Amino acid sequence: MDITYKVDNKILTIFLAGELDHHSAVFAKVTIDELLDKDIYNEVIFDFSRMTFMDSTGIGVLLGRYKKLKEHKVPVYARGAQGSIEKLLKLSGIYNIFIKLTR
Amino acid sequence: MIKNKIKMIFPANSLNEALSRNVIASLSLPLNPTVEWLGDVKTAISEAVTNCIVHAYSEDNEGEIEVSAYITENELFVTVKDYGVGIPNVEQATQPFYTTKGDTERSGMGFTVMQTFMDSLEVISAKNEGTTVHMSKKIMCGGSNA
Repeated sequence: MDITYKVDNKILTIFLAGELDHHSAVFAKVTIDELLDKDIYNEVIFDFSRMTFMDSTGIGVLLGRYKKLKEHKVPVYARGAQGSIEKLLKLSGIYNIFIKLTR
Repeated sequence: MIKNKIKMIFPANSLNEALSRNVIASLSLPLNPTVEWLGDVKTAISEAVTNCIVHAYSEDNEGEIEVSAYITENELFVTVKDYGVGIPNVEQATQPFYTTKGDTERSGMGFTVMQTFMDSLEVISAKNEGTTVHMSKKIMCGGSNA
């Protein structure tokens, strides 16, 4: 998988691309944690629009990152998920803690 | 009538999560599935194979995983089998959010995903003999008879 990001006005957007499964989970955790440790952001947005696959290991990765952000009360957003990934996010209750963006 | 079938045996290595789900997706192509149907199947296969790697065997490559599958005119049948430690309490293990690996950020959603994304799910397990997961999914509508 491939992770890129942009910071604008203390808003961190993390663009997830490709496949997030158990095999790529360690890379995803380490890469995202490095970004999160750099600064205390006002908002963090996870962008799923270029993701082609994710299974429940990905949910574990998202929940783990959310716990870190919650310590600093940083609001977390999710956008761009489609198909089976969107279904998985709904099923797992991620949208109860990640605010769903339609923009 | 069985249109096509495949059987794979591979080591319990995380590289094989993508390999196995993509092979089953390819096997399913004659059913003319939608992108979402294929995504659901790939997710469910990935859950089953990941369970074998994370839970059945203690170290990567220690054991083998067997995935067999076949398609009929309008349905996919998949079996994922390991020869690992087994699941002591299948009913408990299949509950949403139940995990024995809370310290490693496992979500405990694996069986719930398999159940939701497939039409049928059966889990058979015996201590120190291993676990077998049977799943199936129909093509709902469309699908040419080519």
